[in-house]
Amino acid sequence: MVKRQVMFTFPQELIREPIIYTLSHQFKVVTNIRRADVSEDKGWVVLELEGEEKEIEQGIAWVTAKGVRVDPVIGDIVEG
Amino acid sequence: MQPLNLCDFCLSPLEVSYDYKSMAKAVSREKLSGGPRSMWRYRDMLPVEGKEVDIGTGFTPLVKADNLGRELGLNRLYIKNDCLNPTYSFKDRVVSVAVTKAREFGFDTIACASTGNLAASVAAHAAKANMKAYVFVPSEVEPGKLIGAAIYNPVLVTVKGSYDDVNRLCARLVEQYNWGFININLRPYYAEGSKTLGYEVAEQLGWRAPDCVVAPAASGLLFTRIWKGLDELAMLGLIEAVNTHMYLAQANGCSPIVNAFQAGSLHVHPVEPDTIAKSIAIGNPADGYYALRVARQSGGGACAVTDEEAITGMKLLAQTEGIFAEAAGGVVIAGLKRLVALGVIKRNELTVAFITGAGPKTQEIVSDIVQPFAVQPNLESFEEVLGARV
Repeated sequence: MVKRQVMFTFPQELIREPIIYTLSHQFKVVTNIRRADVSEDKGWVVLELEGEEKEIEQGIAWVTAKGVRVDPVIGDIVEG
Repeated sequence: MQPLNLCDFCLSPLEVSYDYKSMAKAVSREKLSGGPRSMWRYRDMLPVEGKEVDIGTGFTPLVKADNLGRELGLNRLYIKNDCLNPTYSFKDRVVSVAVTKAREFGFDTIACASTGNLAASVAAHAAKANMKAYVFVPSEVEPGKLIGAAIYNPVLVTVKGSYDDVNRLCARLVEQYNWGFININLRPYYAEGSKTLGYEVAEQLGWRAPDCVVAPAASGLLFTRIWKGLDELAMLGLIEAVNTHMYLAQANGCSPIVNAFQAGSLHVHPVEPDTIAKSIAIGNPADGYYALRVARQSGGGACAVTDEEAITGMKLLAQTEGIFAEAAGGVVIAGLKRLVALGVIKRNELTVAFITGAGPKTQEIVSDIVQPFAVQPNLESFEEVLGARV
């Protein structure tokens, strides 16, 4: 079992879709929301995914295919 | 102490915290001014304990830009020329702190995800510190930037995809390998290096903060740290209270922070980067929220410019002040030009524009500038071709 911290960014048309619920039912992945900001037209959710590596990979691929942007939560910084 | 970068609970970035009371006792204007002519004159205000890994970074010129000021309509314009760091960008500041910390933590290998400038700086510092370096860059990074990193002999890895894809890969690698990832698990220390830009500008202005700052923004971190540097100096009683208006500049092709600012939102919606200003092409800026807060709270703002405007800005800076900046610098100058034209920045406001990376690494984007007059090696030929112009 591994854990992966990710950020989902939802486009407006998917705001009302139960993406995270479906992810945890369709794949053997435990979803644990830590932070979120969702409004009528946009939203992001920072969450931890726990499960077998393969299940997490497949789950992320499914979420991405739905149109949700998935980024690692690592506090990246590069500029200039 | 461990190299952590995220809060266990909310997964937010962790920040270094300081004992400012003790710091205030340790620093004074006189002591700082008497320090080495490098960023390490501010050592007492940085989160390090061991001997610094220093390749000669910082205390770069703050140039009074009278020629450019005349062009733009500003009487008190200064350029902070951070192109003149050892690897030609401000990245040396942050990497110097992060590598110093990496050595304290006992890492023998450092690594980074980069759009090019960071890779060069990490590789150079690794060479100096006798450490191994792995640097990961998008495969479409400009050739000059690849050479600029490769010369220091790191393990150079090109990744097919955008910077954000590189970042995704590195997020996985940091779990697998015991490396000091400069911009991941060493991020809190890395971030603090940028504060020295704010310190230096205030000291170089005679211990005062500017009225206005214009700086590039990719992740937004540099922008927030310039502000933090000024704010800390005021907190320590080294300068008066800070009333600086902070303006950030991005390229139209990657302007998620500007978009949020203009929408009046604190939500930074990611974008797919499409700009020649690759060093600031971060589609999902980790510090975008904080940069927005600084821009708003300081009474500043945000503006985006086209790639064409950025190139014009590069040429204008070069042809008025003799400074060859990379495209991000062109974005800053073009943004400054617009802010002045709109009356947002006023003629007599003391304004500092931050130029954070040098142009020669990406010189192909202005190759059209080369239009030489070809002559034979004799006087007749010269006068035939150019006589009418002389």
